[in-house]
Amino acid sequence: MLDLAKYSSIGAALQDAVEKFASETCLIEADREREKDRLTYSEFKRRALPLARAMQDAGFSPADRASIVMTNQSKWLISAYAIFYSGGVLVPLDYKLTPAEHWQLLQHSGAKVLITEYPIWRQLSASPARDAITLQTIVVTDAPPNADLSGAQRWEEFHSNAKPAFVSRERKDVASIVYSSGTGGRPKGCMMTHENYLEQCVALTTLYPFWPGVRYLSILPTNHAIDFMVGFFGPFTCGASVVHLRTLRPEFVREAFTKYKITYVSLVPLVLKNLQKGLLVRFEELPAGKRKIFNALVTINKALTKSRPRLWLSRRLLKQVHAAFGGELQAIIVGGAFTEPQTLQFFYDLGIPVANGYGLTEAGTAITVNDLKPFRADTVGKPLPGMEVKIIDPASDGVGEVYVRSKTVMSGYLNDPELTAETIVDGWLRTGDLGQFDAQGHLHLSGRKKNMIVTEEGKNIYPEDIESAFESLPVKEFCVFAANYVWPQRSMLGEQLVLAIHLENQQTFTEELKKEITQRNNRLLNYKRIHGIVLFNEDFPRTASLKIKRNDLATLLAKLDRDHAILAL
Amino acid sequence: MPTLKNTTQEVLTLAEQHFKLAPGSLSPGDDFFKKLGIDSLQTLELLSRLENHFNIELPDYELQGVSDFKTLAERIQSRL
Repeated sequence: MLDLAKYSSIGAALQDAVEKFASETCLIEADREREKDRLTYSEFKRRALPLARAMQDAGFSPADRASIVMTNQSKWLISAYAIFYSGGVLVPLDYKLTPAEHWQLLQHSGAKVLITEYPIWRQLSASPARDAITLQTIVVTDAPPNADLSGAQRWEEFHSNAKPAFVSRERKDVASIVYSSGTGGRPKGCMMTHENYLEQCVALTTLYPFWPGVRYLSILPTNHAIDFMVGFFGPFTCGASVVHLRTLRPEFVREAFTKYKITYVSLVPLVLKNLQKGLLVRFEELPAGKRKIFNALVTINKALTKSRPRLWLSRRLLKQVHAAFGGELQAIIVGGAFTEPQTLQFFYDLGIPVANGYGLTEAGTAITVNDLKPFRADTVGKPLPGMEVKIIDPASDGVGEVYVRSKTVMSGYLNDPELTAETIVDGWLRTGDLGQFDAQGHLHLSGRKKNMIVTEEGKNIYPEDIESAFESLPVKEFCVFAANYVWPQRSMLGEQLVLAIHLENQQTFTEELKKEITQRNNRLLNYKRIHGIVLFNEDFPRTASLKIKRNDLATLLAKLDRDHAILAL
Repeated sequence: MPTLKNTTQEVLTLAEQHFKLAPGSLSPGDDFFKKLGIDSLQTLELLSRLENHFNIELPDYELQGVSDFKTLAERIQSRL
């Protein structure tokens, strides 16, 4: 790995990485079963520098901003390299946003350059919102031969063979502007510095190392802080390989694990849960005798990996399960949302460590991560090296707001000093999340600051705490709210929790379902129980990383009449 | 080549079979996320079935912003 302490910018570190690991495999790109591209670090450089030069020739200057709106592919990373090489500021946007949202953020970020894919550009260029913005350069990949580019330039033609100028940046300079999920009326553009990334990379790779030969499967969108770090900057500084798939069809993703013998992958909880469901179905299908043997092997594995993972042993004991994941998987990194402990435990019991953690874009990806010494499914792990984490104003049960101070914390929100001042106080980032540390120094999260109730006994109850009681409830999706958070009251009395439910298509709310909810509810301590159910017949709004947008859902629920909407249990 | 109307009907029939719905329960204008209550992963599974049936390839990006059967059928039709 490069010694990142020596570098002042992402661009400088990447520039050395492509030299140091010149002959190592850098990128593999596959579309379905076909491998489309395989680049060494040296070939990667040969593709990136002509792009950097063309950008510079077109007037891209140091500190100018360039946006990438692309699905995960080699050209995403090639473009990012060219931007950093030129001393530019990267604005990575979620490709799943609507054209109006894209234009809103492009305008807010002040981007001069846009690098995108033709199918996305087709929609962006047709959007009326385009008229308000003038971009200096638009480069489009994947355009068919006779496509109308509507003012954009073709990727294949946008290059220059003259040597581009490398522009160095200081550690304190802004490296990228990352919009944290929640594209509401007030864009939150987190200004991440070069130092933020350099420090975070050192902290993460200490716990989960990369080396030449590691193959990271990049599925989470690269604009997301996690994939940017573990699917780009982290592996590059260590000479590892990144595998991109142009399709996310489950059958091809499964195939990629075995074909490329994946070492690490990052997933969001929804996908992890889906994998769990699929595996459970396969286990159920085993003949009774085999199943008995399998269960016995899982029990042995659990006993032998209690104190720490023993991958070589698990791979031998549970050969078929590990073979389905390619046989070389070191860990599944899970993030972006709260993961149910039973899902984490399920994978760990099979000998597949899940690196569960907690972070937010504002803090530079991860704040805490499970160090697997030993594996704990019930916490989000310990603070990463260099992270100071404190709990502010703890209640009688020890839970308070999580504050973070670290070299990885953003410098502020773009063009929003007021929000920055509210969020970063005396150098500490207020996360808005609630938690507490246990005796082993593991952080337990208990919910968001505002969505909570205080019982008459003085107990603070957090909806996210309650949700585990309804795990696997046979409905499409559910979410617990403090009723007063959804329907604000000018009173501290009468606070109660409600369970918002979205039923499956054609499912009806039966007495049987109500009974099941009541039974589960009754297993909770009395002061933690929900008091009612709210039926909601639309998909819950979710962020790009599939996290429920609780605020948005609360706003939607608030349109219902409280007295009629809450069905008492 | 089948007409768009035929293609649309075939898409609806395949979706009904895939999600085990009664024949005729889906119509072209239905939003499949809402009507079927499926998530994006399940949509990708349906796509694979449609591809096999029509013997074409539908890149993931063809589904960007598509949420009704009519538009989906149009995207398929353009590749037949």
